[in-house]
Amino acid sequence: MTTQTPQPLMEARSLTKTYEVSKGLFQGKGHVQALRDVSFSLFSGQTLAVVGESGCGKSTLARQVTMIENPTSGSLILDGKDVAGADEDTLKIARRRVQIVFQNPYGSLNPRKRVLDILAEPLVINTDLSKTDRTDKVREMMAKVGLRPEFAERYPHMFSGGQRQRIAIARALMLEPTVIVADEPVSALDVSVQAQVLNLMMDLQEETGVAFLFISHDLSVVEHISNDVMVMYLGRVVEQGPKDKIFASPRHPYTRALLSATPRLSEAERKTKVVLQGELPSPLNPPSGCSFHTRCPFATAACKSEVPALRDFDGRKAACVRLEEISD
Amino acid sequence: MTNNNDNTVPSQAAAGPAAQAAASHAAEVAEAREAEQTSGAPPHPLVDFWHYFSENKGAVMGLFAIIVIVLAAVLADVVAPYAPDEQIRTALLVPPFWAGGTGGYIFGTDDVGRDIFSRIVHGARLSLFVGLLVVTISLAAGIFLGLLAGFFRGWVDVAIMRAMDIMLAIPSLLLAIAIVAILGPSLTNAILAIAIVILPHYVRLTRAAVITEAGKDYVMASRVAGASKMRLMFDTILPNCWAPLIVQATLGFSTAILDAAALGFLGLGAQPPTPEWGSMLADALQFVQRAWWVVTFPGLAILVTVLAFNLMGDGLRDALDPKMKR
Repeated sequence: MTTQTPQPLMEARSLTKTYEVSKGLFQGKGHVQALRDVSFSLFSGQTLAVVGESGCGKSTLARQVTMIENPTSGSLILDGKDVAGADEDTLKIARRRVQIVFQNPYGSLNPRKRVLDILAEPLVINTDLSKTDRTDKVREMMAKVGLRPEFAERYPHMFSGGQRQRIAIARALMLEPTVIVADEPVSALDVSVQAQVLNLMMDLQEETGVAFLFISHDLSVVEHISNDVMVMYLGRVVEQGPKDKIFASPRHPYTRALLSATPRLSEAERKTKVVLQGELPSPLNPPSGCSFHTRCPFATAACKSEVPALRDFDGRKAACVRLEEISD
Repeated sequence: MTNNNDNTVPSQAAAGPAAQAAASHAAEVAEAREAEQTSGAPPHPLVDFWHYFSENKGAVMGLFAIIVIVLAAVLADVVAPYAPDEQIRTALLVPPFWAGGTGGYIFGTDDVGRDIFSRIVHGARLSLFVGLLVVTISLAAGIFLGLLAGFFRGWVDVAIMRAMDIMLAIPSLLLAIAIVAILGPSLTNAILAIAIVILPHYVRLTRAAVITEAGKDYVMASRVAGASKMRLMFDTILPNCWAPLIVQATLGFSTAILDAAALGFLGLGAQPPTPEWGSMLADALQFVQRAWWVVTFPGLAILVTVLAFNLMGDGLRDALDPKMKR
């Protein structure tokens, strides 16, 4: 981040989401803290990557940011207005600004609708454009994402995975949003097609200035596309900062383990493998203190009792009490 | 968004390194070409449907039987040589023409001298009408309740589904008889009773399909685009639930015809002299020993119609269920 800070498109402050789950009849309710105190800013033309293993709250974050669900606490500031807990009318307008691209292009397109109808739906719902205007816009957008406009009459099953993901991206762009949440947009695609789709996303970002909240567990993809990285573990942010800083010198033990697990071609770039023991603890019953202490190779007795706060360290933020001791 | 028509199909991968761009370019061209060849003229959905449907010979036979029955019902006045309630006093219990009967009475006559063939043809009209009405009523109500239950879940779901469970716990014909007993015996009430009896099947089927579809990403995408609840339910989700419902409706047709015949047989459905297949059976039961044709032909009419609908329903299931497609 530079000295002159532009106005963020979207700002999340201490977003927290708790789900109530029934543990069974007569057992009372359990609470799953899917998201705890997550804060970030999204800037025009920038990509913030959210990284973490399954169950760390990435998809919950996507649901809060797209305003499908209301966060339990915290605020989500969009165009200077807090939309967390806002009324339906405000949300209806705000939702236009944030769109989403899903992981599985085979499930994200309605199989009973033509591509034309899929792409036109956001316009039908949100604008008063005439049918011909909508069709024109759809064809224009299809050309933009590298699909032939003549394919508009076809049904989704006639397209390949990569083409479908292009359609999904086109749909997300139809309302000219300022933020697109990309929930693992390329992890279901072949590696050769992944590159095409990623390049398309970067081209479109350059052209429209849209900000991406890029959710992924593929670190090589993240390194390719992101400006900032946010590493999550069990609903909490453990490390957050510029991509270069984090990839060059990960500070949090969890980030280190994640990065050491990325395969590298050149031997020089390979890091010593930090292999984590055990499984991700259940979010229903998170460990006391630092939620990572059960698997952390550096854990001490203090880690079991003290919840580490996210603090500035070496040009990024990290949440670990032993940052100074363990960084080399 | 600015217009950039230059950014058409193969040119967009230019941002990557040269080798990668070339590779992806080639892949994309190949992809586009392949797409053009395999689905250059995408088969019309109906053509595709017929391809799978016609593989099942039984289903095609069922379909033809249904077409014949429908034609007979529609053209009953032309096809039938006599009016359904016309009594020919000189021809009581005349056997069919090949069993020693006189010409003119193809399937013979009944105990009051009515032509059985004419009555069966007119009865087809009634049976199809009953089937259509029952299926329409229970399908409409079932889809609505099932959509509500599957979409909103929570207490709406619990209330609707427990009510359906209670209805399913009572033997269906017994429930129909109870409803007709309350409302009074008539064809209209029989139709209503049967519609209520088969309603739970449609509700459960719709609910299950809605729950499966509602969890899919395309529904979430519509939600993010700002779709209202009505739009999500009826425009986004419902069209994807049709396949099992069409199959169930076809099979429901035969259930409805069978139940109507049963109620008619018990004297709780169509009242005499209406030419209803079930009540024809009941009326002629006492003559079954000396005049076999009075019960055989109405019975066969029921059998053939129900069998035809069941065969066609199976074929529809094969053709509409994507899991059965190769």
